[in-house]
Amino acid sequence: MKRLYFIVIGFVALLLASCEREQRRFQQGAPSTDTSQSHASMDEIYPGGARPPSNVANVYEENAYMVSEGKRLYEQYNCVGCHFHGGGGIGPPLMDADWIYGGEPQNIHDTIVEGRPNGMPSFRGKIPDQQVWEITAYVRSMSGLLRKDVAPGRSDDMSIKKPEESQKPEPPKK
Amino acid sequence: MKHSAFSNLGSFLLGGNHSVTSPASPQAHQINGIWWLMFWVCGAAFVLTMLSMAGAIWRRRKAIEVDHARDSRRAAFVALASGIVVVVLFVFLVASAVGMKKTEYIETRNALTIQIIGHQWWWEIIYNDPVPSQIVTTANEIHVPVGKPVLILTSSRDVIHSFWAPNLNGKRDLIPGYQTAFWIQADHPGVYRGQCAEFCGHQHAHMGFEVIADPAGKYEQWKAAQILPAKEPEDDVKRHGREVFLSHPCVMCHTIRGTDAGSRVGPDLTHLASRGTIAAGTLKNTTGNLAGWIMNSQSIKPGNHMPSMSLQPDDLQALLAYLGSLQ
Ligand code: HEC
Ligand code: HEC
Ligand SMILES: [Cu+2]
Repeated sequence: MKRLYFIVIGFVALLLASCEREQRRFQQGAPSTDTSQSHASMDEIYPGGARPPSNVANVYEENAYMVSEGKRLYEQYNCVGCHFHGGGGIGPPLMDADWIYGGEPQNIHDTIVEGRPNGMPSFRGKIPDQQVWEITAYVRSMSGLLRKDVAPGRSDDMSIKKPEESQKPEPPKK
Repeated sequence: MKHSAFSNLGSFLLGGNHSVTSPASPQAHQINGIWWLMFWVCGAAFVLTMLSMAGAIWRRRKAIEVDHARDSRRAAFVALASGIVVVVLFVFLVASAVGMKKTEYIETRNALTIQIIGHQWWWEIIYNDPVPSQIVTTANEIHVPVGKPVLILTSSRDVIHSFWAPNLNGKRDLIPGYQTAFWIQADHPGVYRGQCAEFCGHQHAHMGFEVIADPAGKYEQWKAAQILPAKEPEDDVKRHGREVFLSHPCVMCHTIRGTDAGSRVGPDLTHLASRGTIAAGTLKNTTGNLAGWIMNSQSIKPGNHMPSMSLQPDDLQALLAYLGSLQ
């Protein structure tokens, strides 16, 4: 009897976990394009010491739909033109463990919004914040940092590399 | 603009601007002919079958009564009926083969060529021209001249869609990475409604379009206006509206020819104000609807690829004034 009880609980827990994976949030409310909360800064000197690093968790990293939206936008906003499919070109590779500006969600968000001095354009005000977080989640899936069942399993174009879900995890070095 | 399932069914049977039974092109006449042939023949067969069954029940024989002469007459009758069924099916086969051949045939002599590209969940319409500056790009509204063959080239940017304007022709699938061709020709002026006919995701039901058949002169006028780049804003409010457009996410997805906006993720807005509807036939193109669409497109077409925006009230008003001036 007790075993049955555990099996049922385990099963329900599994089902609940997949709820978040499949949730489609269309009505997020109009995402604000205000980025004054940004943590990016262009140098390492601060009066009175640095702000503590922010550890914003990106809830979209649990959500397969949001990550696939990020993947679509990565193509449509032409990140792919500079970073290719993660291997890098004009911009640095995004599928490896090396991050110039940090590989945490908040770092990547800030990189997209603020731009970076050696050629990364600033998308401030041009990409709604909700989409920036979607793209951030996708960028992290490229180096295998997302759960396998959330990362995209296929591409819309001819595949040149393994899908993100089969990418070997490359935890950020920095 | 919204069509309920019932009014669609009604107009399908009784005719209308979204109906197989009010054909407005040579191909649609073929399809309509086959439809009515099948309707009357199958209707007659149904009535005859029901009458025979009623007769059989009425004149049922007693279990023990055996009449060999009558039985052999019956066998002959069954053979005759089977023969008639075979003949009728053969007539259908020939009629549909002939009809299909006529609709599949592609008329290219002095045809106008239009490229139609399916997107989730709207239609990109491109009027090809050897001279690049004469190419016209628009969305969801296809203007054609009456009486002239129009060669349509289809493809898709994402998933399989299907182009179906029942008054003009049968369905045609739009397949990613693959171009198909067919032609339509509108016999008389009118507005014919169409709809995506292959399930393509969340907003498949809101992926409509209109084919507007104009007399040649009116069509040429329309085309000439569409070729022009967007009108320069003539006052400060509209100038500010253009600035809002170019400094907000709009510029990442839309084209307004004559400005820096050149993205093709969403519909070309160069002559937005000349269109009757927005969002693929979902809303009438009024200032109020436009405001609602921009601020909260996700409540109108949940899941569509344009995010809801947040704009300051002044910016929104200026943007609406500018978009409204894009005749
Ligand atoms: C015009 C080319 C260009 C485009 C377009 C572009 N990037 Fe970049 N990106 C760069 C360059 C160059 C760098 C390196 C900047 C530096 O070293 O200062 C960079 C850096 C980055 C980094 C930081 C990498 C690290 O190691 O810290 C991320 C993340 C990134 N880009 C993501 C994106 C995303 C997402 C998009 C699309 C929204 C995008 N980029 C579009 C050129 C581009
Ligand atoms: C992420 C890309 C994206 C952004 C950003 C965006 N749009 Fe759109 N827009 C679309 C797409 C995709 C459609 C087609 C939606 C549909 O019908 O399913 C669309 C449709 C429209 C339409 C209806 C056009 C028609 O003929 O049906 C208007 C008007 C419009 N957008 C205006 C704007 C304005 C103004 C902004 C900026 C405030 C904006 N859009 C920002 C992608 C975008
Ligand atoms: Cu569809």
